[in-house]
Amino acid sequence: MADFGFFLKKARTINLSHADMRKTEQLLNAVPSYKRCISCGGCTASCSARQFTDFNIRKAHLYFKRGQYDRLEEELQKCMLCGKCMLVCPRGVNLRSLIINMRQILSNTTEILA
Amino acid sequence: MENFHPFVLPFVLGAYALFAVCIYKFVRWIRQFDRFQRAVIRKNIFTRKFLPAVWEMFKECLLHLRITKKNWRLGYMHRSIAFGWFLLIVVGAIESRIGTPKNFHFWVAIFYRYFHQTPPETQTALIFTHIMDALLLYVLSGVTLALVKKIHSRILGMHRATKHTLMDNTIRISLWCIFPLRLLSESVSACLYHNGGFLTQTIGDLFSPYVAQILELPFWTLYSIALCLFFVLLPFSRYMHIFTEIFLIYFRKLGVKERVKMTGYTKFELSACSRCGMCIDRCPLYKDLGIMEVQSVYLLRNLRNLEHHKDIVEAGKNCLMCNQCAEDCPVDIDLMSIRRISRDKGELDTDGNYQYLHKVKAFNAIGRVAYFGGCMSQLTPAISSSMERIFQAVGQKYWYMDRDRSICCGRPLAQQGFNKQAAELRRKNTELIHSSGATALITSCPICYNAFKNEYQLSIPVYHHTEYLNHLLQTGKLKVNKSDLKVTYHDPCELGRGCGIYDEPRNVLQAVAVLMGTENDRENSLCCGMNLGNTVITLEQQMTIRDKALDNLTAPDPDVVVTACPMCKRAFQHGGTPVRVMDIAEVVANSTAKG
Repeated sequence: MADFGFFLKKARTINLSHADMRKTEQLLNAVPSYKRCISCGGCTASCSARQFTDFNIRKAHLYFKRGQYDRLEEELQKCMLCGKCMLVCPRGVNLRSLIINMRQILSNTTEILA
Repeated sequence: MENFHPFVLPFVLGAYALFAVCIYKFVRWIRQFDRFQRAVIRKNIFTRKFLPAVWEMFKECLLHLRITKKNWRLGYMHRSIAFGWFLLIVVGAIESRIGTPKNFHFWVAIFYRYFHQTPPETQTALIFTHIMDALLLYVLSGVTLALVKKIHSRILGMHRATKHTLMDNTIRISLWCIFPLRLLSESVSACLYHNGGFLTQTIGDLFSPYVAQILELPFWTLYSIALCLFFVLLPFSRYMHIFTEIFLIYFRKLGVKERVKMTGYTKFELSACSRCGMCIDRCPLYKDLGIMEVQSVYLLRNLRNLEHHKDIVEAGKNCLMCNQCAEDCPVDIDLMSIRRISRDKGELDTDGNYQYLHKVKAFNAIGRVAYFGGCMSQLTPAISSSMERIFQAVGQKYWYMDRDRSICCGRPLAQQGFNKQAAELRRKNTELIHSSGATALITSCPICYNAFKNEYQLSIPVYHHTEYLNHLLQTGKLKVNKSDLKVTYHDPCELGRGCGIYDEPRNVLQAVAVLMGTENDRENSLCCGMNLGNTVITLEQQMTIRDKALDNLTAPDPDVVVTACPMCKRAFQHGGTPVRVMDIAEVVANSTAKG
């Protein structure tokens, strides 16, 4: 194809009816306040980790909700758990718990006791 | 065999079993100390720390002074049972030793009135008899109070007593039976042999000798069995604290501290908990939200028995880490560290997560102080801009470390059990601070302050901005005008109970405004509810806790509510109160003398 100086992005289709939503349900059970999220992006705007890297917490939990787990586990490790996102969240989502739970569900671990 | 009767066997066997199990447990725990704790013990074991340790054992294990300070009725109850029983054993041993010239066995001391079947011959023996009766009465008064507490704990000033397990309830009944049974046994013996004191002889005279003859052996046997039951169950119940606390005090005096993982020292701390329940009443989760079974007493119990694995994890997470229970704990157990141990994230706690921070370079801050606002200060810019104004007013050169980009101090991660990740952030911040050449570190956030002060090993001094402001005012570097603004001060959990800073902010406020006291001041300060320790309760529940704290602060009708923590400030600002909420730095910056 001739180079016109721009290209068309491949269509990105997310078919939620084919997605495996079990992990999402697990997450919503663990953090019920996440049901209130309106994806406003306040969390990303205030994020400390975001100031150094392209970590995007809104994108991360949105992808998790849709069942797209590619590279999500490594992405979530960038969080410093400082809690600023919670203080700005207009919907009172318990984001720190959300992040810990997403990581736990993705890595299939629970707390261990000595 | 003289001075022996089969009824002493339960007692003797029980006592042997008790000591065998205790020694086994203690040796096992000591072997589980990690190498840092062993090094501390080796370093301090032959120093003069032994005597203060013995003095504290006497004060706490027997006299229960710390409980008495909090609640004198509970203090009396514990002291009468512990110290009374201890004296009963010691005085009884001396009395029986004197009265038994030959064939003395240790059980003779316990069942002396049965084996010594003659009335007191000498004046000394008579005095001993009366002393023993007085001591028994002293213990019985404590047991009576314990019964009252069981029926209605509020009479003894406890809002909520601990909910005990079946094991704990069983052994408690055996403990309560010991002393009345001793009274009855000695009384029937006094009836038969006239060897009782003012109490046992009086009660004994109420029995007819014929009845006493029949009841004597059954009573002494029951007494022996009650003792046996108590001894056998003791190592597996909450009463293990009796012996464990002695060792705990000693190790603590030697300088042993909790580590990030469970060690033998943690086992000592877990068993030193007497489950008195004093951590429950003032826990904000119980007091304001009515949440039960998550308080330290329950967490420690479940951790010790390692039962209900799921409950431990859930209860462990549900805590604000406001330090109130650690403040109230009469045994002074390091509850916050144990809470963190229970939250250990295991495999989830990964290494190398923050490689994106590698490119962050330090500023050349030689001759300056480093100012660390903390993540939360970025959301409350008035605090950091006030600090900058104050730095400029006193001509102090500074380096605002996290003006644009903030690396977290690592404490929020550590509180959630991500120890490796927290250590990675600590390494990075330490590297930045040390390579900058700054002379001191000043932080506005009590969470960061607690981390820098207690978790980092920085080579430069660390100050919270309240300490720094106090220093500026004391040395006269900063001139302020005192206004007639009425203020109340909120002690942030991490600054007050966490680091013991109460006086500095009060001195500062008294210099610039009129400071009013509140009902829950200093150690009793109420949590603002937003503490990062908790990941379970909802925002609405946090707001309920915050409203209670705010009510306390606005009750004296101040013009401004002052706090020293960006998190608390933000919490109160959104509390819908018409009263202004300010940080201490803002109040000082506003009253800085011009020119």
